[in-house]
Amino acid sequence: MTWGLERATVTFGAKKALDDVTMRVSPGSVNVVIGGDGAGKSTLLRALVGLVRLSAGRSLRPSKRAFGYIPATAGLYVDLTVEENLAFVGQAYGVIGRDYLTRSEELLERIGLTEARTRLGGQLSGGMQRKLALAMALLHRPELMVLDEPTTGVDPASRAELWRLISGAAAKGAGVVAATTYVDEAHRGSMVLLMDQGRVITAGSPADIIAAVPGRVGAARGSDRPAGHSWRWGTSWRVWIPGGELPAGAQQVVPTFDDAVMVASMSNAKES
Amino acid sequence: MDLLVETRSATMRFGDFTAVDGVDLSVRSGEVVGLLGANGAGKTTLIRMLLGLLLPTRGSVLLFGGAPSRSARRRVGYVPQTLGLYDDLTVAENWAFTAAAFGTAHPEVPESVSGSRRELVRDLSLGLQRRVAFALAFSHDPELLVLDEPTSGVGPLSSAQLWEDIRASAEQGTGVLVTTHNMEEAEQCDRLVVMAGGRVVAAGTLGQVIGDRHVVQVTCDDWRSAFAALDGDGFIVQVQGDQLRIPGSPARVEELFQRHHLLGKLAVVPANLEEAFVEIGASESRP
Repeated sequence: MTWGLERATVTFGAKKALDDVTMRVSPGSVNVVIGGDGAGKSTLLRALVGLVRLSAGRSLRPSKRAFGYIPATAGLYVDLTVEENLAFVGQAYGVIGRDYLTRSEELLERIGLTEARTRLGGQLSGGMQRKLALAMALLHRPELMVLDEPTTGVDPASRAELWRLISGAAAKGAGVVAATTYVDEAHRGSMVLLMDQGRVITAGSPADIIAAVPGRVGAARGSDRPAGHSWRWGTSWRVWIPGGELPAGAQQVVPTFDDAVMVASMSNAKES
Repeated sequence: MDLLVETRSATMRFGDFTAVDGVDLSVRSGEVVGLLGANGAGKTTLIRMLLGLLLPTRGSVLLFGGAPSRSARRRVGYVPQTLGLYDDLTVAENWAFTAAAFGTAHPEVPESVSGSRRELVRDLSLGLQRRVAFALAFSHDPELLVLDEPTSGVGPLSSAQLWEDIRASAEQGTGVLVTTHNMEEAEQCDRLVVMAGGRVVAAGTLGQVIGDRHVVQVTCDDWRSAFAALDGDGFIVQVQGDQLRIPGSPARVEELFQRHHLLGKLAVVPANLEEAFVEIGASESRP
């Protein structure tokens, strides 16, 4: 079964928080939603799990028992211990008895919290809390995983561990939707949606998004901004020319995914 | 090139716990230095020492060639992750307040944020709030900027704008110290310092920090079966689209593929910064 959104629109007062968004989440796929603050990532995820009402379009999701959701903040009970947090979701989703014991031990081991099982959720570091929240969302082996910024503020080593768990769920057939503000996490997706102001401004595999860059991208040195659409990258500049020649001094380069994201964002800003 | 920050064997102990352990760190005029490390690696403690908020238990910390005194601190611009703005004041009021605190005469809100001068900070997008915090930190012409995850949470265009501000400032001679978990940000720095367990465990340019670390990249038709097999055998596998990246020896990966009758094209490729970071951290935490 394929889950997702079909031409979904969400309005808050006069503001369109989500504007005609379509996404398909097939089993075993990892869909990464990227965008900055206010882009509509959380609204998209909340629309997908049914936490906000659509003013148009529809949301296709499994029954509540078959999806796992982590909100952008919390996702666990700070006053319960690690073990109690897991037991709580186990009971809520009917994962009980021997199945619960095996599954919770396996997850505790995977997130490295076996020794910390009696610690309160609130006493864990930010990275540990995100790992526990993910384990809680995975406990009942959901068909659809909806993760709102599962790795924000988490150090790179913990982030790699979190993604290993997420990929593991997808490898076993779960459809995954994960929002992030880190552009480098887009590479982890089979499908990427780049959002701005409630709209999807580009979508596809990272390779598709790079291939869709129109015109030429160049690199230039020096402290003066090159003519055209240009931005800084480290000590050098990048420049994008939708049509025609690159400015003098700029060397044409094969666009990176970061370049493609900048180009899509700039084209979008130009249109709106 | 001026040495703005120089620590020598800087050490900070809290009781039995050594938060910062013999750290040598320098930041020169005009360079952007990235400070990386897991949570609890000692980055924040080190910054508090640089700012003179903590006195080292051992070793020395020099800010502009002297002790980090109050007058030296005035020459530093600091933007914490929480930004340090007054949410209930307008941009112009925040501006006036900071100018008064630093004793600088800057009557006008800078152009970069003047469009929202009359708005309350809390009504601005995160990208704009960050630009305001930057403008405030830059307002007293600091010689050293200390920025905590300067572009996290903002969209690509705002992020590029913020980096342009940082680079422009460095080109005028300001030294910049960026602490971050964000690999995109780290890759834009001139030089990186990686901390683990209070110590510096790697330092240099991006290329030097990655060194000759490699990973095995596998392109396969069925990444899910390959992932399950590798993961089950204890390999630390990262998925990138339909490719798998695995640290370690290609021979072991190849052997496993044969054993499980999996098909895939193996290649040994240079590690990325995140993979290098994970490997550096893992080798450091070994007893």
